[in-house]
Amino acid sequence: MDSSFYLIQLLNGIQYGFLLFLVASGLTLIFGIMGIINLAHGSFYMIGSYLAFWFTSLTDNFLYGILLAIPVTLVVGYAVERLAISYLYQRDHLYQVLLTYALILIFNELQRMLWGSDVHSVAVPQAFSGSVQLTENQAYPVYRLLISASCIVIALAMYWVIQKTRLGMTIRAGASNREMVQSLGINVNRLFAVVFSLGVTLAALAGMLAAPVNTVYPGIGDGVLIISFVVVVIGGIGSIKGAFIGAMLIGLADTFGKVLLPEMASMVVYALMALVLFWRPQGLFGKG
Amino acid sequence: MYTLTRPILIFLCLGVAALVLFPLVGSEFYVGLLIRIMILSIFAISLDLLIGYTGLISFGHAAFFGIGGYTLAIFFQDADSINFWIALVLVLSCSALVALLVGWISIRASGVYFIMLTLAFAQMFYYFFFESPDFGGDDGIFLFSKPEILIGSTSLIDLEDEHNFYYFVLAWMVAVYLILSMILKAPFGHVIVAIKANESRVRALGYPVQRYKLVSFVIAGTLAGIAGFLEAAHTGYVTPAYLGWHESGIVMVIVILGGMGTLFGPILGAFVIVLLQDFLPNFTEHWQLLMGGIIIAVVLFLPKGIAGLLYRLSNRLFTSKEYADVSQNSGDTPATVDVREQSL
Repeated sequence: MDSSFYLIQLLNGIQYGFLLFLVASGLTLIFGIMGIINLAHGSFYMIGSYLAFWFTSLTDNFLYGILLAIPVTLVVGYAVERLAISYLYQRDHLYQVLLTYALILIFNELQRMLWGSDVHSVAVPQAFSGSVQLTENQAYPVYRLLISASCIVIALAMYWVIQKTRLGMTIRAGASNREMVQSLGINVNRLFAVVFSLGVTLAALAGMLAAPVNTVYPGIGDGVLIISFVVVVIGGIGSIKGAFIGAMLIGLADTFGKVLLPEMASMVVYALMALVLFWRPQGLFGKG
Repeated sequence: MYTLTRPILIFLCLGVAALVLFPLVGSEFYVGLLIRIMILSIFAISLDLLIGYTGLISFGHAAFFGIGGYTLAIFFQDADSINFWIALVLVLSCSALVALLVGWISIRASGVYFIMLTLAFAQMFYYFFFESPDFGGDDGIFLFSKPEILIGSTSLIDLEDEHNFYYFVLAWMVAVYLILSMILKAPFGHVIVAIKANESRVRALGYPVQRYKLVSFVIAGTLAGIAGFLEAAHTGYVTPAYLGWHESGIVMVIVILGGMGTLFGPILGAFVIVLLQDFLPNFTEHWQLLMGGIIIAVVLFLPKGIAGLLYRLSNRLFTSKEYADVSQNSGDTPATVDVREQSL
């Protein structure tokens, strides 16, 4: 147990945190702006993973696989919002829970029909299959570093879109006062569809990036869904900054929990969440 | 409060009568399935007390279902016989105690945070049982005998017999229903319904809102514990899946689908969901697709669940036009609201 061992765990924790951040930022965006509790968010993570697997095996190239998978998820997200979610904005949260629960069933079954129940693996792209030598006998895979790097790029792009573009301006305005935005002549329906589509694509992107590291299997989205809800709640619902801090906390707590307290590792993150909410019932960056 | 209109009351009595008579004609398989449904009904009614009446949306209700089952399993895993009364006292006190602890912390939060806190606690219990070798780990614990209901030293009813177990569970379901409707008719019930409608106003009237919520949470948790106890006694094993979020999710679906805020709605929901789960695979291997479609259809077209549909049907068939109008106008409000208007 020397320092390089802890360095590797630290890197793993950060990388996991970044992936969680992608999923959770999508979730928090959708909840914060549209007020929709999207239980099917994990399904989009799964869809991302499977599409990455599918297109990669079709094209023999992971990069092309991802480039093909992104527009497909955007379209699927847009369609789901228009066909199902859009009917629920005026309804109680409970009905959104029920409807998105039904969506989970449907997506799981579609996944079984299209790709079967086998476990698949996606090869790490050739160019990034090497590893960085840390000490004589400790190395760190380049691809995991690449995941963190791509997440940073995506996070910066997201920051830029939300803070600097017109779309981002309407999104921020929509988050703070929906009716006002509508009365200023913005097509809120289209805005919502776009936000939903972008939000679930963030989850799918995380699924795609994670595919070569984890295997691709049925039900892969379930665990991700719950843990990303935990992240969002710790950070404060609707806050992207909160989602980032929450994701890093959970990523590190989970990774180090597995190392230091192996017999109760899975409880650590939930205990952390209960602790945070006990101290601040509205999450770290939540409003009121 | 909702009132049972006479047609609905007759419908429910007929339903209970049918359940009483069913084992005389039905096959063993369906007797077993109905036991499962009735246990799930108890579980769902207990959640309805939180979701439909108190306005506390618990996404971790399976924790108490699981605690009920595990209490039985842990205390009696090596026992040759299970004394029902001792088991019942243990189950009631353990699930009430856990509900008190979880509730005390969770009701500090509200809205989505409450949903997530209850989920977090359920997941903690799930992983606790999943990862502890002393309590069976992910294999769970097997039980080798059914509880014996002894009065003095004579056995009141032999639960090894499936039919007897069926009537035992049916009696529990009716009892839980009656207990809850009594609680809801009492002043306590009126206060928790008022909390759901307008919490700050109830607080302004001087009621200790948090304490009422906590009591409601403990009652619901204890009843869920009974359901878990019955399930464990029926199947003869408990696994961590009892406490998983899927279980919490499905019971929530049952309550909403059946119609929250009516005690009989969740029972109908349990019947519909389990029977669909049993029935749909006959048609297609991809039955979950149909199941998802049906749930979506209910959400979009039956905003008040199956109970709401029943009210609408019975109003149209049996009552004056005035009542029928009431049930149709208020589009998205839960069943309690428009039914309350009727009783005024």
